[in-house]
Amino acid sequence: MSKLLIEGVSRTFAGVRGGKPVQALQPVDLAVAANDFITILGPSGCGKSTLLRIVAGLEAPSTGRVLLDGKAVTRPGPDRGMVFQSYTLFPWLTVAENIAFGLRERGMPERERNEIVASYVDLVGLKGFENHWPKQLSGGMQQRTAIARALANDPAILLLDEPFGALDNQTRGLMQELLLGIWERRKKTVLFVTHDIEEAIFMASRVIVMTARPGRIKSDVPVDLPHPRHYTLKTSPEFSTLKARLTEDIRIEAMRTAQTQPA
Amino acid sequence: MLRPLHPVPPGARTVLGIAFFMLFVAFWAWITLGGHVNRIFLADPLSMLRDGWRLLVEDRFWLDILITIWRVFGGFVLASVIAVPLGIAMGAWKPVEAFLEPFVSFARYLPASAFIPLLILWAGIGELEKLLVILVGSVFQIILIIAVKVGSTRRDLVEAAYTLGATDNGIVKRVIMPANAPEIAETLRLVLGWAWTYVIVAELIGSSSGIGYMIINSQSRLATGQIIFGIIVIGLIGLLSDFAFKALNRWLYPWSLA
Repeated sequence: MSKLLIEGVSRTFAGVRGGKPVQALQPVDLAVAANDFITILGPSGCGKSTLLRIVAGLEAPSTGRVLLDGKAVTRPGPDRGMVFQSYTLFPWLTVAENIAFGLRERGMPERERNEIVASYVDLVGLKGFENHWPKQLSGGMQQRTAIARALANDPAILLLDEPFGALDNQTRGLMQELLLGIWERRKKTVLFVTHDIEEAIFMASRVIVMTARPGRIKSDVPVDLPHPRHYTLKTSPEFSTLKARLTEDIRIEAMRTAQTQPA
Repeated sequence: MLRPLHPVPPGARTVLGIAFFMLFVAFWAWITLGGHVNRIFLADPLSMLRDGWRLLVEDRFWLDILITIWRVFGGFVLASVIAVPLGIAMGAWKPVEAFLEPFVSFARYLPASAFIPLLILWAGIGELEKLLVILVGSVFQIILIIAVKVGSTRRDLVEAAYTLGATDNGIVKRVIMPANAPEIAETLRLVLGWAWTYVIVAELIGSSSGIGYMIINSQSRLATGQIIFGIIVIGLIGLLSDFAFKALNRWLYPWSLA
């Protein structure tokens, strides 16, 4: 049985000031197996973030439904951890308190909480920064904390919306390895949205390519590269072949976006 | 030499700041001591200090100062206790906002000073009336400012909290309130400044004690030195309480400035 089932999910936004309604997402069907790492790749504005937000329960689909472990998603919940592109650590809480947020909301006693927090601080390599405020951290460290915060809740699925989009290239590469390393060791069902082709291939066991707005699934590309993956994989011939294919796919969509939408 | 937006060194900043004070007092001394204005209408700086000293030592003016301070803080605390929860409620729950916002926006424009005659009829000229003047003058403003700040709480923080399992109640208590706490404190600091204006107006109109009472009393005796001394005392206390409030906010919310 699939861990996550997306059935005919589409999203149409009401027209602004009596204008025509805008379709952001055409009906999408997707089945995600347990412990799979799936990246959703598409040009900006293709509705990939909308799709992820619908899975998270932050937005309601216009049609269709999302099933997680057979249960319909109606609102956000701790079984779907999310990491956002913007820095969403709570600025009034320290790193450790941020990671403990979900556990605290659940009413977990402090001692148990502290143990879990310590293990996740360790996992994302933030030892020594537990008592820092988010403002004192670099962008990469903030996103590592955000990943730890989402994972500490032990969600059934981890959703990431271009989590490294605001980071510089070097940091981004390191963060990819860190997240992939965690996934290789701990196994988790992951849905990862990105517009970066290399990132999509490097992270995924399956890349879902989306069309330009209104988005729908254009292709579903398995990535049979071996694990554990090392950054040198990005220069291997197999990687380059996949990259060439996806670049072509995405290029067509990006051009369609450029032609149909005003600058 | 004067480049736009170019910062000034800290030392020079202090010197420049003090320089204007000195220039101001020098000008005041020149027009008064130099006989350019009638002494009946404007006392010179030296007689002002003399009058002030006499007020403090002989007329027990410090009692008036204490009474005024108590009124300001009493009225301010009263207004905060009512306004902060209402402002948060309006910002967080849109039906509450729809219910109260039109009235509060209207009430905000009712001039507090015009309420004084009515408040005297209702509450006499005792302490309650002074507190009510400050309350009327500041409560609606605080409610509106806080409602707007709370209403613009970062949506992504709220969404992140939801995906971490926060309930609607948890969002208000553990996201909306802490996220806005520094700005709420900053709003209260601003309003404390206004409370000083309202209390003096209340004391000018119907009172038998307080800094405002001393000022209106001095007017009938043409004691302009005392009036100016009273005004300066208000300014100094206002400045001090502002500093104290700022320090308190820095201490309470270190995360907002780190």
